[in-house]
Amino acid sequence: MELTDLLDIAAKERQARPPHLIRCCTAAGCLSAGSAAVLDRLRGAVHDEGLTERVGVAAVGCMRLCCQGPLVRVDSPVASSGTEGVGMKEELYQRVTPDDAGSIVGGFNGGTVTANKGDLNSAFFQLQSSVILENSGRVEPERIETYIAAEGYQSLHRVLRNFTPAQVVEEITRSGLRGRGGAAYPTGVKWATVAKNPGEKKYVVCNADEGDPGAFMNRSVLESDPHRVLEGMAIAGYAIGANQGYIYVRGEYPLAVQRLHTAIAQAGRLGLLGSHIFSSPFDFRIDLRTGAGAFVCGEETALMASIMGQRGTPTPRPPYPAEHGLWGMPTLLNNVETYANVPTIIRRGADWFASIGTEKNKGTKVFCLTGKVVNTGLVEVPLGTPLRKIVHDIGGGAPDGGTIKAVQTGGPSGGCIPAELFDTPVEYDSLARLGSIMGSGGMIVLDDKNNMVDVARYFMQFCMDESCGKCVPCRAGTVQLHRLLTRILEGRAGAEDVQQLEALCDMVKHTSLCGLGQAAPNPTLSTLRFFRHEYEALLKPGSPAQRMGLPLVAPVSANRPR
Amino acid sequence: MSVVTLTINGQLVSARAGDTILTAAREAGIDIPTLCYVDGLSAHGGCRICLVEIAGSPRLQPACFMKVGEGMEVQTDTERLRGYRRTIVELLFAEGNHICSVCVANGACELQDMAITVGMDHDRFDYIHPNRQVDLSHDRFGIDHNRCILCTRCIRACDELEGAHTWDMAGRGSHSKVITDLNEPWGESQTCTSCGKCFMACPTGAIFQKGDTVAETDHPRAKLEFLVNAREKKQWNV
Repeated sequence: MELTDLLDIAAKERQARPPHLIRCCTAAGCLSAGSAAVLDRLRGAVHDEGLTERVGVAAVGCMRLCCQGPLVRVDSPVASSGTEGVGMKEELYQRVTPDDAGSIVGGFNGGTVTANKGDLNSAFFQLQSSVILENSGRVEPERIETYIAAEGYQSLHRVLRNFTPAQVVEEITRSGLRGRGGAAYPTGVKWATVAKNPGEKKYVVCNADEGDPGAFMNRSVLESDPHRVLEGMAIAGYAIGANQGYIYVRGEYPLAVQRLHTAIAQAGRLGLLGSHIFSSPFDFRIDLRTGAGAFVCGEETALMASIMGQRGTPTPRPPYPAEHGLWGMPTLLNNVETYANVPTIIRRGADWFASIGTEKNKGTKVFCLTGKVVNTGLVEVPLGTPLRKIVHDIGGGAPDGGTIKAVQTGGPSGGCIPAELFDTPVEYDSLARLGSIMGSGGMIVLDDKNNMVDVARYFMQFCMDESCGKCVPCRAGTVQLHRLLTRILEGRAGAEDVQQLEALCDMVKHTSLCGLGQAAPNPTLSTLRFFRHEYEALLKPGSPAQRMGLPLVAPVSANRPR
Repeated sequence: MSVVTLTINGQLVSARAGDTILTAAREAGIDIPTLCYVDGLSAHGGCRICLVEIAGSPRLQPACFMKVGEGMEVQTDTERLRGYRRTIVELLFAEGNHICSVCVANGACELQDMAITVGMDHDRFDYIHPNRQVDLSHDRFGIDHNRCILCTRCIRACDELEGAHTWDMAGRGSHSKVITDLNEPWGESQTCTSCGKCFMACPTGAIFQKGDTVAETDHPRAKLEFLVNAREKKQWNV
């Protein structure tokens, strides 16, 4: 494979594309709403109407507005435009049923389209950016040619031919990219550390064990644009001197696993992974490892243990994976979204990337907007966008006349941000100051019907169920925290229980072995900070003895017989 | 091998580079309490009893894992650490079914000793009363999971010293449980060599030798009957 071959494939793919294109979402959200049948009927209708020359049907990935799935988009060249193919008219159809397919296709033969039309000019679409999701909903995840037609794998070629490994690290450092898994460690610094650590072999690992409740950013990227992640990992491999990559993907994402398998095989067949990539001395292979349902395997040391075939439990750091990782070798571990940024940074340059976002938070971030909000789905915005814009403008506010009370960010390691602080820019540091975290990008909107103690208890239950059991504070502490929260919620607690809750939160936070245990008290602490009145409203007055109705006992000496 | 100097509780200590804080402290006569750590076995870092404060580090670090560094300032016995240690021991007592008065290890139990060390006079947490099993299928040993604190000493001793790797951990969180082979009865284990190293390593009465339990204590009443018969009936039936 040479660059000319790559450009050849891209040109052929573009030429073969009919002028009109129907794109049907086949990511897990729309599939569960029945988009496989819609796709089938669309293809059948195009064939039946004799439109195969003019109209193509593409099985693409996520188009963001998941709550309105199945989503179908139709691209048509604008008739009035003089130069063909320059102006494109896009139409969005939502909640498309298989029966709507005939009418959408009939539209090309002058029929009336009866399918529900969506509004691409709405704030939901207009206020969003496209960096990580630039190909999502456009390329076909199971056809590498469409990714190559979207300039795919050209960044990999570029670094192999024009960059030294150190220059790649330099470019990533200059871009200001920070790890998208939640810890926000500067990606360039991490790459430089792994590159400089000596080791006869090095590894690149992609963490795709996304497990936070309400988070599906990584799943969407893997299901919609898997090659972007492979390309990002190969570039990272070149930069740090690794020949082997692993993607650790959770077993609950069977479609992502299947599409990754397909993508790795297709890239290998074209020589874009494997030996002597682009006729250079660089070899890089990627293998998949599938998780078996443990949340803790998203923690980096537990993830590596799992890859090595051991029980997925964390080990104390230091040593960090950058020094002592897989099989004791220097290992680079990044999140799916971190790698997904890399090809674009190489293609458009570090300066372009650094121009997006704020001073210390560069680039865009994909969020999953869920909960009590009108528009739920994938949202990509520059870092630093105020929470209000995401929730009220893009999200469309609360449904059914409700009042939004708070947003839960960062999953079981995060916290709740109250509505009065919605002008806070969404950045790693500003959310941390509010006792929450941005985490990997889950955003659960809560309204006035949600009791915050209940929310705290839900996340505590999650941490309790998902604790690996290795360290005592997380294994036994979360059980006791959950009992305390249950007691408060059921109206059986007094002020002393809240005191014990706070003391135990402090202890679990500071003594747990890994980040999951250390962060398990966060939802509780943040609701105590901003919604303490909701806890206090549930407490019973008096001392424990008074609440149990025990009689006041006279001093011992007075009862004693003379 | 180079040597570093550090201070532990204000005392200047020299240690070999690569040593853990725990080793350095114990060599200098400073005791750091531990529960899952055993000399000669790999460190586990799970009990969190040996956590220490290191000046300039925001996180507490386990002394059994953390390597010494030049100029490091370590505190091992602050009020904060004492509070955390007591809470950990209380959590352990609340988590299992630890009834000292009917335990084979009563008086020879590291968990009991630790409770005394940390000054635990009562447990502030609810007892969970988990439903756990007892396995008496082995000829010489038994395991009472009610007394297990999941320190993994048995697993490490079996794997690292005996090389049998009969023991392992199954389940997660509060449902974690040490198992023999693939969660088969201990007596049916194909890999167990009956060496007893797991028994030697166990800090509590979870793994015990048969014959040691209160229930197995033998009171030979027949001997009394024999003596009475001999005296009163003049019968000498041996």
